Amino acid sequence: MNILFALISGLIFGLGLIISGMANPAKVQNFLDLFGMWDPSLAFVMGGAILITAPGYWLVRKRSKPFFASAFQIPTRKDFDKKLIIGSSIFGIGWGLIGFCPGPALTAIPFALFGDYAFQETLIFVVAMLVGMLMVQKLLKLI
Amino acid sequence: METEFTPFISLVGGMLIGLSAVIFMASIGKTAGISGIVARFLTITQLKEFSSNYKVSLAFIIGLLLAAPAYFYVAGDLPQQSVSSNVYLLVGAGLLVGFGSALGSGCTSGHGVCGISRGSKRSIAATLTFMITAFITVYISRHVIGA
Repeated sequence: MNILFALISGLIFGLGLIISGMANPAKVQNFLDLFGMWDPSLAFVMGGAILITAPGYWLVRKRSKPFFASAFQIPTRKDFDKKLIIGSSIFGIGWGLIGFCPGPALTAIPFALFGDYAFQETLIFVVAMLVGMLMVQKLLKLI
Repeated sequence: METEFTPFISLVGGMLIGLSAVIFMASIGKTAGISGIVARFLTITQLKEFSSNYKVSLAFIIGLLLAAPAYFYVAGDLPQQSVSSNVYLLVGAGLLVGFGSALGSGCTSGHGVCGISRGSKRSIAATLTFMITAFITVYISRHVIGA
């Protein structure tokens, strides 16, 4: 059952990204371009998401456990460490350079099946992104 | 490429992302952070058996990949998209996005949506940090170098 719900969650997440326009890196970069052709749409995406997630989480967490798992797995750390700030800074630079973050990039891979879309470019980005993640896992000796 | 300001559909799309995060938490009990889900999927390549964690991550990723076909099936087309064709930029940005989100334990979804929604101070700090470096990066690349 949890496999089915993970699949449904991923599908709705991807649909949300496509509908909101965030699968288009130009739209993301234009949000970040305050002094150019600014497109504030991304703020509405995040706002809409938080508008649902914040009360939704609050309601769900009133339960003692999720429907199809034994316990909630919520990050518990409260401290600000170097990894959080340095990692987020690096992520922001890459995000600004290309306009893709992990969700939209994965969602955009199959676009090319349905028209003239940038398949190779998206795939190159995703492979490099996976390599970047593996580098951290090696570095932190997670694997 | 200039893009149209789309407050209504962006809000609706955002609400779907929120709905997905709530369903994921209610059913499986995890935050719907894409970088975390993908990173979990990657660590598991080292394990000998398919854990439940792995299957959940894989199912979520398959769901993401099915979104475009589902959208196309209903709407008949997909939104316009403009991606840089500069290979060096794609590789460099991909490495930075992957490395940074893994080191910082989250991206726009994990910190920006799920983290802020549960009032995590770490996620609020992370979101402010990557927003600022992204604003600066776009400013420099478009108005200093690209001008």
